[in-house]
Amino acid sequence: MSRPSRIVVVGASAAGLTAAEALRRDGFTGSLTLVGAERREPYDRPPLSKQILLGRWTPDRVTLGRHESRAALGADWRLGVAATGLDTGARELALSDGGVLPYDGLVIATGVVPRRLPSGHELGGVHVLRTLGDALALREGLLAARSVVVVGAGFLGTEVAAVARRLGLDVTLVDPLPAPLTDRLGDRVARLLAGLHAGHGVRLRPGTLVTGLTGHDGQVDGVDLDGGAHVPADLVLVAVGSAPATGWLTGSGLDVEDGVECDHRCRAAPGVVAAGDVASWRHPRFGRLRVEHRLNATEQGTAAARTLLGGQAPFAPVPYFWTDQYDVKIQVHGVTGGDARFQVVAGDPATGRFAGLYGRDGHVIGAMSWNLPRQARELRRHVAERTPWRQATTG
Amino acid sequence: MKVTVDQDACTGSGQCVLVCPDVFDQREEDGIVVLLRDSPEPGLREGVGEAARLCPARAITLSGS
Repeated sequence: MSRPSRIVVVGASAAGLTAAEALRRDGFTGSLTLVGAERREPYDRPPLSKQILLGRWTPDRVTLGRHESRAALGADWRLGVAATGLDTGARELALSDGGVLPYDGLVIATGVVPRRLPSGHELGGVHVLRTLGDALALREGLLAARSVVVVGAGFLGTEVAAVARRLGLDVTLVDPLPAPLTDRLGDRVARLLAGLHAGHGVRLRPGTLVTGLTGHDGQVDGVDLDGGAHVPADLVLVAVGSAPATGWLTGSGLDVEDGVECDHRCRAAPGVVAAGDVASWRHPRFGRLRVEHRLNATEQGTAAARTLLGGQAPFAPVPYFWTDQYDVKIQVHGVTGGDARFQVVAGDPATGRFAGLYGRDGHVIGAMSWNLPRQARELRRHVAERTPWRQATTG
Repeated sequence: MKVTVDQDACTGSGQCVLVCPDVFDQREEDGIVVLLRDSPEPGLREGVGEAARLCPARAITLSGS
Protein backbone atom coordinates (compact mmCIF):
# COMPACT_ATOMS: atom_id res chain seq x y z
CA MET A 1 0.00 0.00 0.00
CA SER A 2 1.43 3.38 -0.94
CA ARG A 3 1.52 5.96 1.79
CA PRO A 4 -1.58 8.13 1.81
CA SER A 5 -1.35 11.88 1.25
CA ARG A 6 -4.89 12.86 2.28
CA ILE A 7 -6.27 11.37 5.48
CA VAL A 8 -9.69 11.97 6.98
CA VAL A 9 -10.47 10.98 10.57
CA VAL A 10 -14.19 10.58 11.25
CA GLY A 11 -14.89 11.03 14.93
CA ALA A 12 -13.06 13.66 16.98
CA SER A 13 -13.13 12.01 20.37
CA ALA A 14 -10.40 10.02 22.15
CA ALA A 15 -9.75 7.43 19.43
CA GLY A 16 -9.95 9.85 16.51
CA LEU A 17 -7.83 12.53 18.13
CA THR A 18 -5.24 9.95 19.19
CA ALA A 19 -5.11 8.57 15.65
CA ALA A 20 -4.56 12.08 14.27
CA GLU A 21 -1.76 12.72 16.75
CA ALA A 22 -0.16 9.36 16.01
CA LEU A 23 -0.26 10.03 12.26
CA ARG A 24 1.70 13.25 12.73
CA ARG A 25 4.08 11.67 15.22
CA ASP A 26 4.77 8.85 12.76
CA GLY A 27 5.70 11.33 10.07
CA PHE A 28 2.53 11.87 8.09
CA THR A 29 2.86 15.33 6.54
CA GLY A 30 -0.08 15.27 4.14
CA SER A 31 -3.47 16.85 4.56
CA LEU A 32 -5.37 15.82 7.67
CA THR A 33 -9.05 16.48 8.34
CA LEU A 34 -10.94 15.72 11.54
CA VAL A 35 -14.70 15.40 11.31
CA GLY A 36 -16.66 15.54 14.58
CA ALA A 37 -20.43 15.46 14.94
CA GLU A 38 -20.35 17.47 18.16
CA ARG A 39 -19.60 21.17 18.08
CA ARG A 40 -17.45 20.96 21.20
CA GLU A 41 -13.73 20.47 21.25
CA PRO A 42 -12.77 16.83 21.88
CA TYR A 43 -13.37 15.73 25.44
CA ASP A 44 -12.81 12.77 27.67
CA ARG A 45 -15.71 10.54 28.69
CA PRO A 46 -14.80 8.53 31.82
CA PRO A 47 -15.16 11.58 34.13
CA LEU A 48 -18.69 12.24 32.83
CA SER A 49 -20.27 9.56 35.02
CA LYS A 50 -17.91 10.31 37.89
CA GLN A 51 -16.35 13.75 38.57
CA ILE A 52 -18.66 15.74 36.27
CA LEU A 53 -21.83 14.12 37.57
CA LEU A 54 -20.73 14.61 41.17
CA GLY A 55 -19.86 18.24 40.43
CA ARG A 56 -16.26 17.80 41.51
CA TRP A 57 -14.93 18.92 38.14
CA THR A 58 -16.06 21.73 35.87
CA PRO A 59 -16.65 20.82 32.21
CA ASP A 60 -13.50 22.55 30.95
CA ARG A 61 -11.43 19.96 32.79
CA VAL A 62 -12.46 17.12 30.44
CA THR A 63 -11.17 18.82 27.27
CA LEU A 64 -8.76 16.48 25.49
CA GLY A 65 -5.36 17.89 24.72
CA ARG A 66 -4.18 21.42 25.17
CA HIS A 67 -5.18 24.04 22.66
CA GLU A 68 -1.58 24.42 21.44
CA SER A 69 -1.16 20.70 20.84
CA ARG A 70 -4.41 20.58 18.89
CA ALA A 71 -3.27 23.55 16.81
CA ALA A 72 0.09 21.88 16.25
CA LEU A 73 -1.66 19.00 14.49
CA GLY A 74 -2.06 21.19 11.45
CA ALA A 75 -5.45 19.65 10.81
CA ASP A 76 -8.61 20.93 9.20
CA TRP A 77 -11.24 20.63 11.92
CA ARG A 78 -14.85 20.07 10.87
CA LEU A 79 -16.68 20.14 14.18
CA GLY A 80 -20.47 20.08 14.30
CA VAL A 81 -20.48 18.12 11.06
CA ALA A 82 -21.44 14.45 10.88
CA ALA A 83 -20.42 11.91 8.28
CA THR A 84 -23.50 10.77 6.39
CA GLY A 85 -22.14 8.36 3.82
CA LEU A 86 -19.05 6.59 2.56
CA ASP A 87 -18.13 5.52 -0.96
CA THR A 88 -15.17 3.20 -0.58
CA GLY A 89 -14.83 2.80 -4.36
CA ALA A 90 -14.55 6.50 -5.14
CA ARG A 91 -12.90 7.08 -1.74
CA GLU A 92 -15.22 9.88 -0.78
CA LEU A 93 -16.90 10.78 2.47
CA ALA A 94 -20.25 12.60 2.47
CA LEU A 95 -20.95 15.14 5.21
CA SER A 96 -24.10 16.48 6.86
CA ASP A 97 -23.34 20.00 5.60
CA GLY A 98 -23.52 18.72 2.03
CA GLY A 99 -19.76 18.62 1.58
CA VAL A 100 -17.79 15.73 0.14
CA LEU A 101 -14.30 14.88 1.35
CA PRO A 102 -12.02 12.83 -0.86
CA TYR A 103 -9.48 10.69 0.99
CA ASP A 104 -6.83 8.10 0.36
CA GLY A 105 -6.69 7.16 4.02
CA LEU A 106 -9.69 7.03 6.34
CA VAL A 107 -9.91 6.46 10.10
CA ILE A 108 -13.37 5.53 11.38
CA ALA A 109 -13.74 6.44 15.05
CA THR A 110 -17.40 7.38 15.39
CA GLY A 111 -17.90 5.60 18.72
CA VAL A 112 -21.22 4.35 19.97
CA VAL A 113 -24.66 5.75 20.71
CA PRO A 114 -26.75 4.80 23.75
CA ARG A 115 -29.41 2.16 23.23
CA ARG A 116 -32.88 3.32 24.16
CA LEU A 117 -36.04 1.67 25.36
CA PRO A 118 -38.70 1.09 22.70
CA SER A 119 -40.74 4.00 24.10
CA GLY A 120 -40.86 6.61 26.82
CA HIS A 121 -37.83 8.70 25.94
CA GLU A 122 -40.05 11.60 24.95
CA LEU A 123 -41.00 12.08 28.61
CA GLY A 124 -39.25 14.79 30.61
CA GLY A 125 -36.87 13.40 33.22
CA VAL A 126 -35.75 10.43 31.08
CA HIS A 127 -32.03 10.53 30.43
CA VAL A 128 -29.27 8.68 28.63
CA LEU A 129 -25.57 9.35 29.21
CA ARG A 130 -22.98 9.51 26.49
CA THR A 131 -22.04 13.12 25.78
CA LEU A 132 -20.91 15.97 27.99
CA GLY A 133 -24.26 17.62 27.30
CA ASP A 134 -26.01 14.46 28.53
CA ALA A 135 -23.91 14.49 31.71
CA LEU A 136 -24.66 18.13 32.50
CA ALA A 137 -28.37 17.61 31.87
CA LEU A 138 -28.36 14.49 34.05
CA ARG A 139 -26.59 16.34 36.86
CA GLU A 140 -29.12 19.14 36.72
CA GLY A 141 -31.92 16.58 36.79
CA LEU A 142 -30.40 14.67 39.71
CA LEU A 143 -30.01 17.87 41.75
CA ALA A 144 -33.72 18.58 41.33
CA ALA A 145 -34.95 15.00 41.80
CA ARG A 146 -35.74 12.98 44.89
CA SER A 147 -36.02 9.51 43.45
CA VAL A 148 -34.29 7.91 40.50
CA VAL A 149 -34.57 4.59 38.71
CA VAL A 150 -31.48 3.46 36.86
CA VAL A 151 -32.38 1.02 34.11
CA GLY A 152 -29.37 -1.21 33.47
CA ALA A 153 -26.64 -2.15 35.95
CA GLY A 154 -23.64 -2.07 33.64
CA PHE A 155 -20.64 0.16 34.28
CA LEU A 156 -22.53 3.34 33.50
CA GLY A 157 -25.66 2.39 35.45
CA THR A 158 -23.77 1.33 38.56
CA GLU A 159 -21.54 4.42 38.52
CA VAL A 160 -24.53 6.72 38.16
CA ALA A 161 -26.40 4.86 40.92
CA ALA A 162 -23.41 5.45 43.21
CA VAL A 163 -23.29 9.17 42.37
CA ALA A 164 -27.05 9.51 42.86
CA ARG A 165 -26.77 7.97 46.34
CA ARG A 166 -23.94 10.36 47.13
CA LEU A 167 -26.24 13.20 46.11
CA GLY A 168 -28.80 11.87 48.58
CA LEU A 169 -31.37 10.48 46.17
CA ASP A 170 -33.56 7.46 46.59
CA VAL A 171 -32.13 5.01 44.02
CA THR A 172 -33.52 1.85 42.45
CA LEU A 173 -31.28 -0.15 40.11
CA VAL A 174 -33.09 -2.50 37.73
CA ASP A 175 -31.27 -5.10 35.65
CA PRO A 176 -32.04 -8.46 34.03
CA LEU A 177 -28.91 -10.15 35.42
CA PRO A 178 -28.81 -11.80 38.87
CA ALA A 179 -26.18 -9.26 40.03
CA PRO A 180 -24.58 -6.17 38.46
CA LEU A 181 -22.01 -6.99 35.77
CA THR A 182 -22.19 -10.76 36.33
CA ASP A 183 -21.52 -11.13 32.62
CA ARG A 184 -18.26 -9.19 32.87
CA LEU A 185 -16.93 -9.78 36.37
CA GLY A 186 -18.35 -13.20 37.20
CA ASP A 187 -20.74 -14.21 40.00
CA ARG A 188 -18.44 -13.69 42.95
CA VAL A 189 -17.37 -10.13 42.20
CA ALA A 190 -20.85 -9.24 40.96
CA ARG A 191 -22.38 -10.37 44.26
CA LEU A 192 -19.89 -8.20 46.15
CA LEU A 193 -20.86 -5.29 43.91
CA ALA A 194 -24.53 -5.92 44.65
CA GLY A 195 -23.68 -5.90 48.36
CA LEU A 196 -21.76 -2.66 47.99
CA HIS A 197 -24.75 -0.93 46.41
CA ALA A 198 -27.23 -2.43 48.87
CA GLY A 199 -24.98 -1.32 51.73
CA HIS A 200 -25.15 2.22 50.38
CA GLY A 201 -28.92 2.11 50.30
CA VAL A 202 -29.59 1.31 46.64
CA ARG A 203 -32.70 -0.80 46.07
CA LEU A 204 -31.61 -3.54 43.70
CA ARG A 205 -34.09 -5.21 41.39
CA PRO A 206 -31.99 -7.99 39.84
CA GLY A 207 -33.40 -10.46 37.36
CA THR A 208 -35.94 -7.85 36.36
CA LEU A 209 -36.93 -6.25 33.08
CA VAL A 210 -38.42 -2.82 32.63
CA THR A 211 -41.56 -3.14 30.54
CA GLY A 212 -42.30 0.55 30.20
CA LEU A 213 -41.96 4.07 31.54
CA THR A 214 -44.96 5.86 32.99
CA GLY A 215 -45.58 9.58 32.98
CA HIS A 216 -47.92 12.37 33.77
CA ASP A 217 -48.22 15.66 31.87
CA GLY A 218 -45.21 14.76 29.77
CA GLN A 219 -43.02 14.09 32.80
CA VAL A 220 -41.81 10.64 33.82
CA ASP A 221 -43.24 9.40 37.12
CA GLY A 222 -42.08 5.81 37.27
CA VAL A 223 -41.14 2.52 35.73
CA ASP A 224 -43.21 -0.62 35.12
CA LEU A 225 -41.42 -3.91 35.79
CA ASP A 226 -42.14 -7.37 34.45
CA GLY A 227 -44.12 -9.16 37.12
CA GLY A 228 -46.36 -6.12 37.46
CA ALA A 229 -44.60 -3.90 40.00
CA HIS A 230 -44.41 -0.14 39.50
CA VAL A 231 -41.51 1.87 40.92
CA PRO A 232 -42.15 5.61 41.21
CA ALA A 233 -39.34 7.94 40.14
CA ASP A 234 -38.99 11.54 39.10
CA LEU A 235 -35.87 10.79 37.07
CA VAL A 236 -34.98 7.73 35.00
CA LEU A 237 -31.58 6.99 33.54
CA VAL A 238 -31.65 4.45 30.73
CA ALA A 239 -28.25 2.77 30.66
CA VAL A 240 -28.92 -0.37 28.68
CA GLY A 241 -25.75 -0.42 26.62
CA SER A 242 -24.71 1.18 23.37
CA ALA A 243 -24.72 0.46 19.69
CA PRO A 244 -21.83 1.25 17.34
CA ALA A 245 -22.44 4.50 15.43
CA THR A 246 -22.39 2.93 11.98
CA GLY A 247 -25.71 4.03 10.50
CA TRP A 248 -23.85 6.33 8.11
CA LEU A 249 -21.97 3.32 6.70
CA THR A 250 -25.07 1.62 5.34
CA GLY A 251 -24.42 0.84 1.69
CA SER A 252 -20.67 1.46 2.01
CA GLY A 253 -19.83 -2.20 1.57
CA LEU A 254 -18.17 -2.36 4.98
CA ASP A 255 -19.33 -5.10 7.33
CA VAL A 256 -20.99 -3.34 10.27
CA GLU A 257 -22.92 -6.14 11.96
CA ASP A 258 -21.38 -5.31 15.36
CA GLY A 259 -19.25 -2.26 14.75
CA VAL A 260 -16.86 -1.84 11.83
CA GLU A 261 -15.41 -5.26 11.19
CA CYS A 262 -11.63 -5.09 10.85
CA ASP A 263 -8.78 -7.53 10.48
CA HIS A 264 -6.01 -8.05 13.02
CA ARG A 265 -4.45 -4.69 12.02
CA CYS A 266 -7.66 -2.66 12.43
CA ARG A 267 -8.11 -2.54 8.65
CA ALA A 268 -11.69 -2.54 7.39
CA ALA A 269 -11.00 -2.07 3.66
CA PRO A 270 -8.10 -0.84 1.53
CA GLY A 271 -7.20 2.59 2.91
CA VAL A 272 -9.79 2.33 5.70
CA VAL A 273 -9.07 1.59 9.36
CA ALA A 274 -11.24 1.83 12.47
CA ALA A 275 -10.47 2.47 16.13
CA GLY A 276 -12.14 2.81 19.50
CA ASP A 277 -15.64 1.82 20.60
CA VAL A 278 -16.86 1.43 17.02
CA ALA A 279 -14.14 -0.99 15.87
CA SER A 280 -14.46 -4.75 15.98
CA TRP A 281 -11.14 -6.36 15.21
CA ARG A 282 -9.53 -9.78 15.25
CA HIS A 283 -7.29 -9.95 18.32
CA PRO A 284 -4.56 -12.52 17.60
CA ARG A 285 -5.15 -14.22 20.94
CA PHE A 286 -8.66 -13.36 22.09
CA GLY A 287 -10.46 -13.50 18.76
CA ARG A 288 -12.99 -10.92 17.63
CA LEU A 289 -13.28 -8.07 20.13
CA ARG A 290 -14.98 -4.71 20.30
CA VAL A 291 -13.82 -2.84 23.40
CA GLU A 292 -15.75 0.15 24.74
CA HIS A 293 -13.13 1.35 27.21
CA ARG A 294 -10.93 4.41 27.45
CA LEU A 295 -7.45 2.90 27.17
CA ASN A 296 -8.47 1.01 24.06
CA ALA A 297 -9.39 4.26 22.33
CA THR A 298 -5.79 5.43 22.81
CA GLU A 299 -4.11 2.15 21.96
CA GLN A 300 -6.27 1.37 18.97
CA GLY A 301 -6.17 4.92 17.64
CA THR A 302 -2.39 4.65 17.64
CA ALA A 303 -2.39 1.17 16.09
CA ALA A 304 -4.88 2.08 13.36
CA ALA A 305 -2.81 5.14 12.41
CA ARG A 306 0.28 2.96 12.04
CA THR A 307 -1.58 0.50 9.84
CA LEU A 308 -2.74 3.33 7.63
CA LEU A 309 0.89 4.37 7.16
CA GLY A 310 1.90 0.86 6.15
CA GLY A 311 2.48 -0.81 9.51
CA GLN A 312 2.14 -4.58 9.57
CA ALA A 313 1.93 -5.27 13.32
CA PRO A 314 -1.22 -6.92 14.63
CA PHE A 315 -3.12 -5.04 17.32
CA ALA A 316 -2.79 -7.34 20.32
CA PRO A 317 -3.31 -5.32 23.53
CA VAL A 318 -4.16 -6.48 27.01
CA PRO A 319 -7.47 -4.59 27.35
CA TYR A 320 -7.98 -2.59 30.54
CA PHE A 321 -10.85 -0.87 32.26
CA TRP A 322 -11.66 0.57 35.62
CA THR A 323 -14.75 1.72 37.45
CA ASP A 324 -15.12 3.94 40.51
CA GLN A 325 -18.15 3.39 42.73
CA TYR A 326 -18.43 5.01 46.19
CA ASP A 327 -14.96 4.44 47.67
CA VAL A 328 -14.27 1.32 45.63
CA LYS A 329 -12.07 1.18 42.57
CA ILE A 330 -12.31 -1.95 40.45
CA GLN A 331 -9.68 -2.51 37.78
CA VAL A 332 -9.55 -5.26 35.21
CA HIS A 333 -6.77 -6.19 32.83
CA GLY A 334 -7.42 -8.69 30.07
CA VAL A 335 -10.57 -10.34 28.88
CA THR A 336 -13.07 -11.54 31.42
CA GLY A 337 -16.49 -13.07 31.20
CA GLY A 338 -19.17 -14.54 33.37
CA ASP A 339 -18.18 -18.03 32.26
CA ALA A 340 -14.48 -17.67 33.14
CA ARG A 341 -13.20 -19.26 36.34
CA PHE A 342 -12.22 -16.85 39.08
CA GLN A 343 -9.97 -17.07 42.09
CA VAL A 344 -8.90 -14.53 44.70
CA VAL A 345 -5.09 -14.54 44.86
CA ALA A 346 -4.34 -11.50 47.07
CA GLY A 347 -6.11 -9.72 49.91
CA ASP A 348 -9.50 -10.78 51.18
CA PRO A 349 -12.96 -9.78 50.00
CA ALA A 350 -14.03 -9.60 53.67
CA THR A 351 -11.61 -6.71 54.22
CA GLY A 352 -12.73 -4.83 51.11
CA ARG A 353 -9.36 -5.17 49.41
CA PHE A 354 -8.54 -8.07 47.14
CA ALA A 355 -7.26 -9.09 43.74
CA GLY A 356 -8.08 -12.10 41.62
CA LEU A 357 -7.49 -13.88 38.36
CA TYR A 358 -9.83 -15.05 35.62
CA GLY A 359 -8.99 -18.18 33.68
CA ARG A 360 -10.18 -20.15 30.72
CA ASP A 361 -8.84 -23.23 28.94
CA GLY A 362 -6.13 -23.69 31.54
CA HIS A 363 -4.64 -20.20 31.23
CA VAL A 364 -5.03 -16.80 32.85
CA ILE A 365 -7.11 -14.46 30.68
CA GLY A 366 -7.79 -11.63 33.13
CA ALA A 367 -6.65 -9.98 36.36
CA MET A 368 -8.76 -7.76 38.59
CA SER A 369 -8.50 -5.83 41.80
CA TRP A 370 -10.96 -4.32 44.24
CA ASN A 371 -9.17 -1.48 46.02
CA LEU A 372 -5.76 -3.06 45.38
CA PRO A 373 -4.63 -1.20 42.24
CA ARG A 374 -0.96 -2.11 42.39
CA GLN A 375 -1.75 -5.79 42.59
CA ALA A 376 -3.92 -5.60 39.48
CA ARG A 377 -1.00 -4.17 37.59
CA GLU A 378 1.36 -6.81 38.95
CA LEU A 379 -1.05 -9.64 38.12
CA ARG A 380 -1.43 -8.31 34.59
CA ARG A 381 1.73 -10.10 33.56
CA HIS A 382 -0.08 -13.41 33.94
CA VAL A 383 -2.49 -12.22 31.26
CA ALA A 384 0.27 -10.90 29.01
CA GLU A 385 2.38 -14.03 29.46
CA ARG A 386 -0.58 -16.40 29.28
CA THR A 387 0.48 -18.09 32.52
CA PRO A 388 -1.01 -21.55 33.09
CA TRP A 389 -3.90 -21.28 35.54
CA ARG A 390 -2.49 -23.80 38.01
CA GLN A 391 0.88 -22.04 38.15
CA ALA A 392 -0.61 -18.57 38.64
CA THR A 393 -3.07 -19.62 41.33
CA THR A 394 -0.86 -21.88 43.42
CA GLY A 395 2.39 -19.86 43.31
CA MET B 1 11.99 17.90 30.08
CA LYS B 2 9.86 18.38 33.15
CA VAL B 3 7.16 15.92 34.22
CA THR B 4 4.18 16.72 36.41
CA VAL B 5 1.44 14.39 37.57
CA ASP B 6 -2.10 15.17 38.64
CA GLN B 7 -2.80 12.88 41.57
CA ASP B 8 -6.41 14.05 41.74
CA ALA B 9 -7.08 12.94 38.18
CA CYS B 10 -5.02 9.73 38.43
CA THR B 11 -7.13 6.57 38.44
CA GLY B 12 -4.34 4.22 39.46
CA SER B 13 -4.30 2.19 36.25
CA GLY B 14 -0.54 1.75 36.48
CA GLN B 15 -0.04 2.07 32.71
CA CYS B 16 2.75 4.59 33.35
CA VAL B 17 4.57 2.12 35.59
CA LEU B 18 4.23 -0.60 32.97
CA VAL B 19 5.93 1.48 30.28
CA CYS B 20 8.29 3.63 32.37
CA PRO B 21 9.05 2.18 35.82
CA ASP B 22 12.15 4.37 36.20
CA VAL B 23 10.01 7.49 36.44
CA PHE B 24 6.64 6.37 37.78
CA ASP B 25 5.43 4.25 40.67
CA GLN B 26 2.12 3.75 42.46
CA ARG B 27 1.24 4.34 46.10
CA GLU B 28 0.71 1.07 47.90
CA GLU B 29 -2.59 2.01 49.54
CA ASP B 30 -4.55 3.39 46.60
CA GLY B 31 -2.44 2.95 43.48
CA ILE B 32 -2.17 6.68 42.82
CA VAL B 33 0.85 7.74 40.75
CA VAL B 34 4.10 8.72 42.43
CA LEU B 35 6.75 10.59 40.46
CA LEU B 36 10.21 9.13 41.10
CA ARG B 37 12.00 11.92 39.22
CA ASP B 38 10.51 15.05 37.71
CA SER B 39 13.36 15.82 35.29
CA PRO B 40 14.14 12.49 33.64
CA GLU B 41 17.32 12.17 31.62
CA PRO B 42 17.06 12.15 27.80
CA GLY B 43 17.20 8.38 27.58
CA LEU B 44 13.86 8.14 29.39
CA ARG B 45 12.03 10.67 27.26
CA GLU B 46 10.47 8.18 24.92
CA GLY B 47 9.11 6.10 27.79
CA VAL B 48 7.77 9.16 29.59
CA GLY B 49 6.08 10.37 26.41
CA GLU B 50 4.52 6.95 25.93
CA ALA B 51 3.30 6.96 29.54
CA ALA B 52 1.73 10.40 29.10
CA ARG B 53 -0.01 9.34 25.90
CA LEU B 54 -1.32 6.08 27.35
CA CYS B 55 -2.54 7.45 30.68
CA PRO B 56 -6.30 6.86 30.60
CA ALA B 57 -6.78 9.68 33.12
CA ARG B 58 -4.53 12.14 31.22
CA ALA B 59 -2.80 12.76 34.52
CA ILE B 60 0.75 13.15 33.16
CA THR B 61 1.95 16.41 31.66
CA LEU B 62 5.30 17.04 29.97
CA SER B 63 6.81 20.44 29.47
CA GLY B 64 10.03 21.78 28.02
CA SER B 65 12.06 19.91 25.45
